[in-house]
Amino acid sequence: VHRFIGCAAIVSRVLGSFKNGSPQPRNFIREMQTVTLIPGDGIGPEISNAVMKIFEAANAPIEWEERNVTAIKGPGGKWMIPPDAKESMDRNKIGLKGPLKTPIAAGHPSMNLLLRKTFDLYANVRPCVSIEGYKTPYTDVNLVTIRENTEGEYSGIEHLIVDGVVQSIKLITEQASERIAEYAFEYARNNQRASVTAVHKANIMRMSDGLFLRKCREAAEKHKDVKFTEMYLDTVCLNMVQDPTQFDVLVMPNLYGDILSDLCAGLIGGLGVTPSGNIGANGVAIFESVHGTAPDIAGKDFANPTALLLSAVMMLRHMGLHSHGKKIETACFDTIRDKKVLTKDLGGNSKCSEFTEAICQKVRDMD
Amino acid sequence: MAAHGAVLSLCRFIKPFGGGRLGNTVKVFGTTLTSHRNKSGLNPPPAKYGGRHTVTLIPGDGIGPELLNHVREVFRFSCVPVDFEVVHVNSALETDDDMNNAITAIRRNGVALKGNIETKHTLPASVKSRNNVLRTSLDLYANVMHCQSLPGVQTRHKNIDIMIIRENTEGEYSSLEHESVSGVVESLKIITRNNSLRIAEYAFQLARDKGRRRVTAVHKANIMKLGDGLFLQCCKEVASGYPDITFDSMIVDNTTMQLVSKPQQFDVMVMPNLYGNVVSNVCAGLVGGPGLVPGANYGRDYAVFETATRNTGKSIAGRNIANPTALLLASCMMLDHLELNDHATSIRNAVLTTMNETRLHTADIGGQGTTLEVVQSIMRIIQSKGQLTSEF
Repeated sequence: VHRFIGCAAIVSRVLGSFKNGSPQPRNFIREMQTVTLIPGDGIGPEISNAVMKIFEAANAPIEWEERNVTAIKGPGGKWMIPPDAKESMDRNKIGLKGPLKTPIAAGHPSMNLLLRKTFDLYANVRPCVSIEGYKTPYTDVNLVTIRENTEGEYSGIEHLIVDGVVQSIKLITEQASERIAEYAFEYARNNQRASVTAVHKANIMRMSDGLFLRKCREAAEKHKDVKFTEMYLDTVCLNMVQDPTQFDVLVMPNLYGDILSDLCAGLIGGLGVTPSGNIGANGVAIFESVHGTAPDIAGKDFANPTALLLSAVMMLRHMGLHSHGKKIETACFDTIRDKKVLTKDLGGNSKCSEFTEAICQKVRDMD
Repeated sequence: MAAHGAVLSLCRFIKPFGGGRLGNTVKVFGTTLTSHRNKSGLNPPPAKYGGRHTVTLIPGDGIGPELLNHVREVFRFSCVPVDFEVVHVNSALETDDDMNNAITAIRRNGVALKGNIETKHTLPASVKSRNNVLRTSLDLYANVMHCQSLPGVQTRHKNIDIMIIRENTEGEYSSLEHESVSGVVESLKIITRNNSLRIAEYAFQLARDKGRRRVTAVHKANIMKLGDGLFLQCCKEVASGYPDITFDSMIVDNTTMQLVSKPQQFDVMVMPNLYGNVVSNVCAGLVGGPGLVPGANYGRDYAVFETATRNTGKSIAGRNIANPTALLLASCMMLDHLELNDHATSIRNAVLTTMNETRLHTADIGGQGTTLEVVQSIMRIIQSKGQLTSEF
């Protein structure tokens, strides 16, 4: 009943909360937001169901539009995602994606690559926060890796010069570097992060990483309220495993980002608990879990939905629904900390559905 | 490559006659026919004169000069028969003269001990990293680093014992870059069959010599199919010639994840240049930091020893707080290479014994000791073992 209170004052307060994102104790939203959901393969469908259940228990104003992405050959022989999926994403702008399998020798590139190209997902954002209750040798990790996702070492341009000599081209462009640097500082500002560190190897790759670094410096000039530092990749790796608390937001080109984001995921407990978001041009954002499809446990109710759930929380924050995000995240962390109902990979013995139910219960108790 | 080798051997023939050191010509002549870099260690490099070796010393920048002075002090004190030929390289200059002098000196002596040379960003991009120039000019193709947990140092992970062999001359560090269109920079990563086979051969041979059971190749061949694909293929080919050693491969991002959660699973790792940079720094961090791990760069004819993580340490230079362990252990590796094993063992034992004293730990491993205290403790331990020493 409380959902249908249409008082103007409350509506305006709620609309105000959308803008500055301050948490409200109760959210009287009338309008539901539609999000494209791509369940994925393997354990994808069951963890997507888990997330949907938890969102329902939290009364999150999200309507899910399920779509499938299997590569199809479009006109002209180019591989693309199904048009209804593309149309849904373009309309909703926000998506949540489960793990997709990359079949070997299917003739088409990986689905993740296709999605990235279709929506120009240029920034991969991974917040890595230590989970209380899931012990790793590293505590108090709280950093965000922002990785340029379109060019760099993964441009895929390789040549066989002569027999026995291969050349891979790493491409760094001014445009892409500027875009990712701008995004990094904006992210820092919107999420109250104090500093941004550019990770590079400009002592060796003078021109390419030099260009990247220059763009970061220029963006830093425009955002004087955020502290900017630059550090060599090897120094970052060295310091990261000794004291990860010294890092805040890290921005870097593609390859370093790949390695470092997985390194940071390893610090907090692995890909099974790490959220991830991809930001694209035109306001598109797809949040995903980065673990594999785990075909050996698919359908057996063993899967751990934490990664997808935390990505969904990231999505809520991106949409401005901070209170719902906080509620679900707290419920999830509390459940893990209690250690009573944990899935196998977290060290417990419970099923996915039990774990999900425990989180739903905690969410309901919070209201 | 063949021409290079021919010129080298020719140099060695001419040297004893043309140089000022005519003593022991026959002995020198006899041993010049063998290469300095002989993995099975049968033939030592020639002692130059009167049984004393000459080694090139490049102080570098940051903490390099002060720590290398301590190394010389320890050598003098322990009566190690090594003379250092010091060559300075000014990193602020744009010309290559300093570097050429250093490279010539290393060619002459065959062995070097160096600090890291800074790469100043204020210089134009055409000035390449001097350390890199040194490695490629001397073809020091293998960078070897042995990461071992030290009993006296507190770390999050215990029982780490990883050997990392990193290709040192090509890959992403080819320094071949161009700006084809304004705003678009291309950097070339070169992988060749010859170098990949060479480094894989080195890795397996080292694993066999040291009695290691497993070699892991680190790569990203799912994305860089041709480049890292070639590297992986070469490793597999070499692996088939060593059936007693298990070979597996792992993608680099998974490797870093495994390293921070379960580093004990790794034994010997071989990889191209850039991944080697990342993995070696991660491993150095896992065992206690940049101040503890020594590194060696081996080529066919030369060997250069330095710290494994190659830091200049500008922020701690001149404050007597730097950790001398890495450079001292590197100098012990150099003494082993020169076949002065007794001296190497005595200095190494002294360093490791000092490491056990928490009171003497420097700031980078959580203590409050000064560099001087550590070095003096090392010298005291060497003296207490009863070997011939000079005065303090």
